[in-house]
Amino acid sequence: MATNKIGRDHSRFKQIVRGKIKKELRKYITKGELIGRKGKNTVSIPLPQIQLPRFRFGSQQRGGVGQGDGEIGQPIGKGDQQGSGPGEAGDRPGEHVLEVDVELEELAKILGEELELPRIEPRGKKAIASEKDVYTGIHRVGPESLRHFKRTFKAALLRQLSLGEYDPEHPLVLPIREDKRYRSWKTHREPEANAVIIYMMDVSGSMGFEQKEIVRIESFWIDTWLRSQYKNIESRYIVHDATAKEVDQHTFFHIRESGGTKISSAYELCNRLINEEFPPDEWNIYPFHFSDGDNWGGDDTRRCIRLLEEEILPRVNVFCYGQVKSAYGSGQFIKDLRASYDDDERIILSSIGSRDEIYDSIKDFLGKGR
Amino acid sequence: MAAYGLRGGLTPELAEWAERIEAWAREYGLDFWSICFELLDYDQINEVAAYGGFPTRYPHWKWGMDFEQLNKGYVYGLQKIYELVINNDPCYAYLMKSNSIMDQKLVMAHVCGHADFFKNNLWFSKTNRKMMDQMANHGTRIRRYAERIGHEEVESFIDCCLSIDNLIDIHSPFVRRRRVPDEDEDDLPKRPVPKKLRSKDYMDRFVNPPEFLEEQTRRLQEAIEKRKNFPEHPERDVMLFLLEHAPLDRWQRDILGMIREEAYYFAPQAQTKIMNEGWASYWHSKLMTEKILTDAEVIDYADHHAGTMGTRPGVLNPYKIGIELFRDIEERWDKGKFGKEWEECDDAEARRAWDKKLGLGREKIFEVRRIYNDVMFIDEFLTEDFAREQKMFTFEYSKQSDEYVIASREFREIKSKLLDQLTNWGNPFIAVQNGNHENRGELYLVHEHMGTDLDLDHARDVLKNLQRIWSRPVHLETVVEKRRKLLSYNGRKHGEKNL
Repeated sequence: MATNKIGRDHSRFKQIVRGKIKKELRKYITKGELIGRKGKNTVSIPLPQIQLPRFRFGSQQRGGVGQGDGEIGQPIGKGDQQGSGPGEAGDRPGEHVLEVDVELEELAKILGEELELPRIEPRGKKAIASEKDVYTGIHRVGPESLRHFKRTFKAALLRQLSLGEYDPEHPLVLPIREDKRYRSWKTHREPEANAVIIYMMDVSGSMGFEQKEIVRIESFWIDTWLRSQYKNIESRYIVHDATAKEVDQHTFFHIRESGGTKISSAYELCNRLINEEFPPDEWNIYPFHFSDGDNWGGDDTRRCIRLLEEEILPRVNVFCYGQVKSAYGSGQFIKDLRASYDDDERIILSSIGSRDEIYDSIKDFLGKGR
Repeated sequence: MAAYGLRGGLTPELAEWAERIEAWAREYGLDFWSICFELLDYDQINEVAAYGGFPTRYPHWKWGMDFEQLNKGYVYGLQKIYELVINNDPCYAYLMKSNSIMDQKLVMAHVCGHADFFKNNLWFSKTNRKMMDQMANHGTRIRRYAERIGHEEVESFIDCCLSIDNLIDIHSPFVRRRRVPDEDEDDLPKRPVPKKLRSKDYMDRFVNPPEFLEEQTRRLQEAIEKRKNFPEHPERDVMLFLLEHAPLDRWQRDILGMIREEAYYFAPQAQTKIMNEGWASYWHSKLMTEKILTDAEVIDYADHHAGTMGTRPGVLNPYKIGIELFRDIEERWDKGKFGKEWEECDDAEARRAWDKKLGLGREKIFEVRRIYNDVMFIDEFLTEDFAREQKMFTFEYSKQSDEYVIASREFREIKSKLLDQLTNWGNPFIAVQNGNHENRGELYLVHEHMGTDLDLDHARDVLKNLQRIWSRPVHLETVVEKRRKLLSYNGRKHGEKNL
């Protein structure tokens, strides 16, 4: 039977889903609800509003009839799962909240379109190369496994015709060694851009749960976008209070320290990381630093600026500093940076007052296309 | 016989089995049109299922959505479609290629049950038996409109139609609700004549005083005026009302009509879910165990049958309830456990041993499958004994714990809850009260509240869609948390007020 008519309806459905996500993107970003729904390559996004509305009963008041053991008052299921079972799969699918799997790449595309993010022009393209074999031509020698049957047959036929050996009554074509043709390949060296994101976060006492949540949401989207721009990307995480250390992703988002803040410690560690592992001519480097803007004192801030100026800025694509507002922080650091780098396009500053501002902050960071 | 054409989609082995199974089924008295089997692999079967069984259906994203969900369910191993049967002459049945031969036999036997039910159950009697062709026809027409008018425009109009496709009157195919006016009747309004009391001529002036008559005439006239609020009686077939009275373009009217027709075609399947599945399961079980199974297949069969019949706490499995009820009826009528004498017997011992050896069971279940639908079926045959044996209960939502909890095992409660759920195939009763509300051409719908509120988010969105079709403001009278309310949408914003 003729099938895959569904292909068109399916892609139309996906198109609609895409439109809905785009429309609701700000909400998804602000609420941060997508982070927990990330699989390997996809995000599962709940889309209740896509279902066709009907006059129907509200489910909660309704209850129903069931079958099986149990005392009165015994719970039989969570709030939302009542509905379709094996028996109700018939002519209408059950009324679940619809969840759609969207590929991370697709999500990045939507993000890029909605925030009007430019494509990133990678630096240091030449240095890294990957090898790729492409079949380009035909040779007269080669392994039998790559024999080109059609060309070989043609060559044999041609030879037989020209020698007058071909008999249309008995169309027997026998290739000999000279007739054989083989596919041949060339090895291409393809330049490939690598990138590393170095996340740094202040985890001193003044950074509360909400501040970290904002960083978490923002870094999710930054990650999603940069991953769509580079084939080969690494993430590194540094936390600091008065001292800095490198941690894994989970620790990064869950650690809680107390004590003072010395931002320079993080910048030093970041610098060391670049020096030791990510030579700038091979890597596109993106340091992101989030803090509430409190620093030990003017001396340390000056030290930071010197580190940035002399060591970090010359080597990175762009340095991003996000300042999250907290109840305790003075918010001084961003002012100091602004004073030194007001018009410098190697550094992007963004202050994030609340979750609602994440959306614009992402735009600040990624909108330059560096 | 056109056996080759019908079996063309099967392997020779399966074709032979189909032949034998159908023959056995007919021996038992099942009566069905020829069945056309096709073997499909999983994404084909998901595709056909997404189209509601009709591969030629009109294009719409909703099928794409259903397809995505079916496919996901299959890939994650959550669900699998074993069988898909279409009410049509000939009956179409799709089998999953990857099923084992035992599964295929089971499914074919099951299909025979469905096919018999489609052909013989009264509630299907008005459905179009050439729906396969009709659906293809609808598909062609809608595709043509989409090309002429624009895909987006047609699609979004279909969205509106689909969102009201449960606003039909499922009994209307069987009832003539409206008097068709006689040909020679003129349309001129007649002056109403009030009834007079009988009197002698010379007394008439006193028995029926002229002023009184005048007054009566005026009242009647008023009543007629009032009736101009059309429709005369509340109209449950909202789709029909819109077809007849909404200011639609021809293509829109045609599409609305097609979707209404499809809604009527599908409604009996929702109305007889328990019976239909019960009947098919009854027969697959009978055919498998008495005729088809080889010794080697018994264990697998038992496993799969048990899977189909499995119950989970929050869900009533129609296969299970259906088959058990049919078996219960058969046993009761075999033993004569019905009628006045049985009802009035209080002696538990006597009831247990009751057997009048009437042997009417088989005959009775065939009668039941002919004239009942789920509501009548449950109402008449769900007995207290049965509910207890099947461990049935009602559950309700508990706000405190955000959970559903078992509420009661009282027979009355179970039965009334179940009937409540099945009434109007699970949909709220909503009717057009007035198509000229306040003499401003606004549409006024009334929800006949029977204890359960509407889902308000959905209701507001449906009003929006209705307004698009009706083009003037629309209203819905309903009850929200025990207060009578009027929800409105005027094309720009939603309104809500207490009545």
